[in-house]
Amino acid sequence: MKCFSRYLPYLFRPPSTILSSTCHTEADIISTVEFNSSGELLATGDKGGRVVVFQREQESKSQPQRRGEYNVYSTFQSHEPEFDYLKSLEIEEKINKIKWLPQQNAAYFLLSTNDKTVKLWKISERDKRPEGYNLKDDDGRIRDPSTITSLRVPVLQPMDLMVEATARRVFSNAHMYHINSISVNSDYQTYISTDDLRVNLWNLEITDRSFNIVDIKPANMEELTEVITSAEFHPQQCHTFAYSSSKGSIRLCDMREAALCDKHCKYFEEPEDPSTRSFFSEIISSISDVKFSHNGRYLMTRDYLTVKVWDLQMENKPLETYQVHDYLRGKLCSLYENDCIFDKFECVWNGSDSVIMTGSYNNFFRMFDRNTKRDVTLEASRENSKPRAILKPRKVCVGGKRRKDEISVDSLDFSKKILHTTWHPHENIIAVAATNNLYIFQDKVN
Amino acid sequence: MISTMECAADAQSLISISLMKIHNSRTQRGGIKLHKNLLVSYVLRNARQVYIKEKYAEIYRMQQYEEVMTVCNEIQELNPLDLDAEDAEDEEQAAAHARTSSAIFGCSSLDDCSKEPDPCYYRSCCMEPSPVPHCDQFTANNSSSSSHCNKTTVLDLDTHVVTTVENGYLHQDCCCCDALQCGQGARSPARKRKVEFSCCVSDVEDVSDFTAARKRVKREDCCYSNIDYTDTSNISNLISIFGSGFSGLLSRQSDLEQICSKQVLASLGAWTRAIVAF
Repeated sequence: MKCFSRYLPYLFRPPSTILSSTCHTEADIISTVEFNSSGELLATGDKGGRVVVFQREQESKSQPQRRGEYNVYSTFQSHEPEFDYLKSLEIEEKINKIKWLPQQNAAYFLLSTNDKTVKLWKISERDKRPEGYNLKDDDGRIRDPSTITSLRVPVLQPMDLMVEATARRVFSNAHMYHINSISVNSDYQTYISTDDLRVNLWNLEITDRSFNIVDIKPANMEELTEVITSAEFHPQQCHTFAYSSSKGSIRLCDMREAALCDKHCKYFEEPEDPSTRSFFSEIISSISDVKFSHNGRYLMTRDYLTVKVWDLQMENKPLETYQVHDYLRGKLCSLYENDCIFDKFECVWNGSDSVIMTGSYNNFFRMFDRNTKRDVTLEASRENSKPRAILKPRKVCVGGKRRKDEISVDSLDFSKKILHTTWHPHENIIAVAATNNLYIFQDKVN
Repeated sequence: MISTMECAADAQSLISISLMKIHNSRTQRGGIKLHKNLLVSYVLRNARQVYIKEKYAEIYRMQQYEEVMTVCNEIQELNPLDLDAEDAEDEEQAAAHARTSSAIFGCSSLDDCSKEPDPCYYRSCCMEPSPVPHCDQFTANNSSSSSHCNKTTVLDLDTHVVTTVENGYLHQDCCCCDALQCGQGARSPARKRKVEFSCCVSDVEDVSDFTAARKRVKREDCCYSNIDYTDTSNISNLISIFGSGFSGLLSRQSDLEQICSKQVLASLGAWTRAIVAF
C-alpha cells in the first residue's frame, strides 16, 4: 500500500459566499462526486441542487509541483426545489447522482438527477463571441432599422474563456418513487434510472418516453418486503445490468431475455449468519451501493458494515469480504437512534481493480488491497491535510488499552461521515467528500 | 435468532423509537422515504416479536407461580384421606392447570419466538363421548346445571376447540368441535357466542393486556355424572396426554401462535397499517 501512504492533499470547497471554514449550510453538503472517463474533469453535486465541475490543470514544465491540480471549471444550478401539487409533496433539489457521458466532441455531457428528474447537461467553452451585428448593438439592444445606413459582416472576436452549462434534455415524470441511481450504457445511447421499485430505460435523445424494465412493486403494498437500492450497467456488455436490494441480494439481468427483466439470470446472496442476528439485521444487510469492476468480471457491494466483492460466476457467496468498521456492531442501537444506521456509503474500484475504497465515520475512509490483503484507514481533515503532507494511517481502538495515536470507538464523530468517494480512472488520484468539503488526494510525485 | 438477552424494555424502547421515526417521516422534506421506512418496519417487527415473547414468558411465569401457590395452599388445607368430591375436583383442576401451564411453558422454545400459545388453552382427550349431539343442547343444559357439578369450559374462538375442565379432568368437547368444524367458515363472527366470564379465568385475564385482548368465550356447563373422580388411571392418562401432547402442541403451536399473535396484536394493528400507507 505504498502509494496510499504518501499523498499530496488538496482542499477544495464549492464556491459559496455563505460557506466558512467552521460552519456550513445544509445546501452545501456534497451529495455525489464523479470523475469523467478521462479523469480530466471531476463533478460534484450538493444538496442545494448545484453542480460544480473541476478541471485538472495541464502539466506545466515551469511549475512541476503544481502538476495536475484541480480547479473550478464550471458551476451551475442543476435542479431547483419543486412541489408536486397532486401529492402535496416537496421534491428536494438534492443531486443524488452524476454520471458523465463519454466525450465525443469539444463539449462535455453529464447526467444529473434528483429524486424525480434526470437532466442532461452540456458543458461547453466559449472563447470567442460574434461582434458587428447589423440589427443589434454589441450590448444586445435592438437597433432601429431606419438608422442602418450600411451593412457589415459580423466577425468572431476572442473573449475571456467562458464555460457555460446548458440543459439539453430533461427526463421527467417517469418515477413515482425516489431515484437512487443512474447508469449510462456502454452503447452510449441509453441509460437507466432506478427508484425504490422500478428501473427505467431511456434513450438519451428521447425525453417523453421511457421503458420500464424492472418492476418489483407488489400488487398489495402491504406485502412489500424489499426495495431496489442501486443499479448499474455492465461496463462492456450493453445488455447486462445489475441491481441491488435492501435485503442484501444482487440480481444480474439480461435485457435480451425479455422486455421486462423481472426474472433475473443470476442471483447473488450470502446466507445470513444466524449467530449475528439482531434487531437491526435487516438494516445492516441492506446494500447501499453496487459497482462493476472495470474489467467486468466482478461486482462490489457495500452494506453498512462490510464491502463484498463478488465473482459474477459464483452466486452463492462473495469472493471477498472486507470489514469496514466492525467495531460499530455493538453500537447499532445508538446508531439507529441517531439515524446513522441509515447512511448509504458508496464504494469504488481503482483503475486496475486491485484496490477498493469506501468511507466511514470521523472522516475516515478505508482502502483494501485485494492482492496483498492489506488495508489502511486514512482521515480527510483540515488539520491533517496540509499541502504536501503525507497522510498518516489511522487506527480505531476497539478495546483494551488505547495507544497514543489510536482513537477509541466512543470518540468517533458520527456527524463527520464520508459517504461519497471516487477514484481517477487511470491514476492514483482520489476525491473524497466530507460533508461540505472536497478533498483530492494524489500520489506524491518526487 | 434474536438474542433473548435483549429484554422487553429494550424492545419497548425500540418500538417507541421506530414509531417516532415513522411519524416524523411523514413531515420531513422530500416526502416519505420508502426504503428507510421499510427498514424501520423491520426493526419494529423484530422488537415486537421480542416484546411479545417476553410478555408471554412473564405471563406464564406469573400463572405458574399462582397455580403452584394455589395448589400448595389447597394441599395444606386438605385431608388426603377424606377428600370431598368437590374439593378433589378443585385440587385436580388446580394440579391440571399447573401441569398444563408448566407443560406449555416448558415446551416453548426460542425458535417459537413471538409465538407463544394462549396460556389458557388446554389439550385433552375426550374422557367419554359426549352424550349431547349439538351445541345448543349444551346451552340448554346451562340453565339446568347441577349444583354439585364443577365444570369449566373454554372455547377458543381462534381454533374453535372447546376444552372442558371437569372435576379435575380435561375434556375436549368433541361435539362442539364437530359442530364448529362443520361450519368451517369456522372463524366467522357468527360462531362467537357471548357468555359470561367465570371467575377462574378472569383472574388470568387481569394479568395481562395481551390476554385481555383475546376473544375468549367461557361458560359453565353440565358435568358428566358418571366419572369416577378417584380413578388413578385417568390421572395417568392425563400425564400421557401431556407427554404425547408436547409434539402436538409444538406442531399445533405454529398455527396457533400465528393466530394468537395476530389477536394479541390486534390493538397494535393500526400503526402497522400506517407504515404501508404510502
